[in-house]
Amino acid sequence: MSLGVSLSETRRSPLAWRPSTFLVFAALLGAGLALLPVLALAYTALSPQAASIWPHLAANVLPAALADTSLLLLGVGALCAAIGVGSAWLVTQFEFPGRRGLEWLLVLPLALPTYITAYVYVEILGFQGPFQTALRALTGWRSLRDYWFPDPRNLPGAIFIMALVLYPYVYLSVRALFGLQAAAIVESARTLGASPSRLFWRVGLPMARPALAAGLTLALLETLNDIGASEYLGVRSLTLSIYTTWVNRNSLAGAAQIACVMLLLVVLLMAVEAHLRGQRRFALPVRQPRAVGRSPLAGWRAVAAVTLCALPVLLGAVLPIGFLAAEVLQRDLWQQFDGAMLRSLANALAFAGLAAGLVVLLGIGIAAARRQGREPWLPALSRLAGLGYAVPGTVLALGLLVPLAAFDNLVADAARRWLGVNPGLLLIGSGAALVLAYLVRFLAIAVSGVESGLSRISPRIDDAARTLGASAPQVMRKMHWPLARPAVAAAALLVFVDCLKELPATLLLRPLNVETLATTVYGHASRGAFEDGALAGLLIVLAGLYPAYRLARAGGRAG
Amino acid sequence: MTHAIRLSTLALASCLLAVPAFAQSVNLYTTREAALLNPVIDAFTKDTGIKVNAVFLKDGLQERVAAEGANSPADVMLMVDVGQINALVEAGITQPIKSALVDKTVPAALRGPADNWVTLTQRARIVVVSKERVKQDAITYEDLADPKWKGKVCIRSGQHPYNNAFFAAYLARNGAEKTESYLKGLKANLARKPGGGDRDVARDILSGQCDIAVMNTYYIGLMSEAKNEQKSWYEAIKPVKSTFANGGTHVNVSAAAIAKNAPNRDSAVKLIEYMLGEKAQTLYADGNFEFPVNPDVKESAAVKLLGTITPDTTPLGDVAKNRKAAADLVDKVGFDN
Repeated sequence: MSLGVSLSETRRSPLAWRPSTFLVFAALLGAGLALLPVLALAYTALSPQAASIWPHLAANVLPAALADTSLLLLGVGALCAAIGVGSAWLVTQFEFPGRRGLEWLLVLPLALPTYITAYVYVEILGFQGPFQTALRALTGWRSLRDYWFPDPRNLPGAIFIMALVLYPYVYLSVRALFGLQAAAIVESARTLGASPSRLFWRVGLPMARPALAAGLTLALLETLNDIGASEYLGVRSLTLSIYTTWVNRNSLAGAAQIACVMLLLVVLLMAVEAHLRGQRRFALPVRQPRAVGRSPLAGWRAVAAVTLCALPVLLGAVLPIGFLAAEVLQRDLWQQFDGAMLRSLANALAFAGLAAGLVVLLGIGIAAARRQGREPWLPALSRLAGLGYAVPGTVLALGLLVPLAAFDNLVADAARRWLGVNPGLLLIGSGAALVLAYLVRFLAIAVSGVESGLSRISPRIDDAARTLGASAPQVMRKMHWPLARPAVAAAALLVFVDCLKELPATLLLRPLNVETLATTVYGHASRGAFEDGALAGLLIVLAGLYPAYRLARAGGRAG
Repeated sequence: MTHAIRLSTLALASCLLAVPAFAQSVNLYTTREAALLNPVIDAFTKDTGIKVNAVFLKDGLQERVAAEGANSPADVMLMVDVGQINALVEAGITQPIKSALVDKTVPAALRGPADNWVTLTQRARIVVVSKERVKQDAITYEDLADPKWKGKVCIRSGQHPYNNAFFAAYLARNGAEKTESYLKGLKANLARKPGGGDRDVARDILSGQCDIAVMNTYYIGLMSEAKNEQKSWYEAIKPVKSTFANGGTHVNVSAAAIAKNAPNRDSAVKLIEYMLGEKAQTLYADGNFEFPVNPDVKESAAVKLLGTITPDTTPLGDVAKNRKAAADLVDKVGFDN
């Protein structure tokens, strides 16, 4: 990729430090935690009772599941890339009415869990939804025997719905790149007289590749690990096959085997992606980056830009949030806002806040160790730490259950023997198990967020500081931290919102008498009365609203 | 950031410490819905002074209790499906329920091996049809695979535990070959891919997408009481007398077991006995349009709604045993694809 402007390539500085013991410890801790459920999973998979499951799976389950999953990933990937890159390009390169608002609103769909968006779309597009009702009123048709209407309960529907929730991952990472790194290059291309479309295809898109890959990886792993929406929309994904293998055949070992194979595939794909990308990341020039000058749009072009950016916001956020709000208002659901709901809200915020804080601390440790250290195993460690994100939430929770409960039992037995007290189950009983599960699940987001923040800081800064006699911690505190802070904050916010939405691990690992907003929504949905959970659903969105706003702001400035 | 951590730690600590002191307590692990159990739990605490601590799980209850091992706080495990409750016994994490009252109230056929579990309520899985477009009042399950219903049948995923148990009962009665051809025939009759939940099939009947569907009885009752558009789904359907070809309606159970390492075994027995009592059966079975197991509960809402039902005589243990084979057949014919 030859670019007209020289950017210094990030490479290991020849003056690498030995990373501090603390950082290495954080990196090892993160990787160790991430490996814990994976190892437990492998151990479960090796149990002898599962030997007979593969012939059946290979003949009857995997072909369809693989086909469905591949199509789902392809579809969601293509849509997420189109929406994410397109809208990021528009809001960073052009000036049009409402751009500032749209810039942060485009993040908003992320605040909705996929299972809620899926449910809402089935309602809205359903027979008694506003569209079909209006259509019947206009035409005099009476039932679906008289006309055809799109039904979201199928693979195309699932692709559309998941892409609407997940495109912000792509949007956020690509926008950060377009907003800053591309500025100098785009401007030179512009002065050389490149047309806007040529600018996008020949300059913007190639530049966006690493950021696109990073955002797509997150979105696709979310897609791969989804159970709630897939099940509701009737998509037979691999993850759902793992799940039914476990539940109906009572074969946890068989499920663990499929999960292990799936994990291998994911790791393989990630390795391919990393190889294709090469270790090519671009750091900013040492001087303070500046935002790109936007070219103003007027007339039909402005209208088109507004429409294109508003559409994903409308479909992914306004419509579902409006539906939830309407349910709450129409049916007086705000009366559900009692002590129990308040406790669910407090629990959700506490677990998510705690997890986000810890995840980011670990993420900083891992990313910093990798930047400072010369040891060849440090990059591998940071990849290992991201494994948790590639394991479906249910499977991850099951994998964590065994080692955590074993630890709890050790502690309880020891306390009884030596102290004569029974502390109960320390980790599972206190909710610490749940925070650990979030940590393992979302460490990848923190590591990649912090790494991308650090990778934009030229190693020459480190070198210059060193020649002036600064120590490694000093460089981190005085140079890296201020420059990488927005990226770190963005990672923390993203993890926070993800924890708020997380359902399978939350369901399985929460202590007695503890509900969160997500489990409250599930409690209603499992009775087939999802609409009763509208208030809890709305609270999830509201709790994620401010983080989403800050996320958009953090990524938009130097970060 | 640090501020947020401090705040959330405080909040978490306050959640964990805000447990009121009761002289006695019992810990309940369940896959049943909170909204359904909470009234019974509250009544139990009011009447006995025993506090109930509950955790409402989806799947993995068995794995969690097994992993928690000797120090597990679980006392009572309350499950929504015969397969689930049987799996607990097979995993060796239950103990016999020793209670003369339980033995007297619940017939042996509705109790697990060596009294390791006991049925609390029964629910039937029946056929509903379009009030407008289908005239008959009775049907056999076998009939659902008859080509005359081509493109008219709606049902949720064949791998959902409710359908899994239903197909397992079919398998226990008819053997693998007949069940496979039944599943093929049923699949050929589907109006849409299997998916959604049990209530959705009623909506699909209203919309004209299908004429005939399969659902659990209590959903019919709950829709009849709905305050929103679900009422109109209910009004579009008609439950029909549904039986296997030689009699008997497919019935599944909600059932309770006591954990092997229950720290509060006496309270656990008390809770189960209470749930079989007339008051709780009225609240819990009747409130959910299920069939009570306590014969003293007369005129239950479910009976009013659907008339009396003669359960299929296939032993529940046989249904549970055939689950895996039924799941395999569902995969084999590509039922959900």
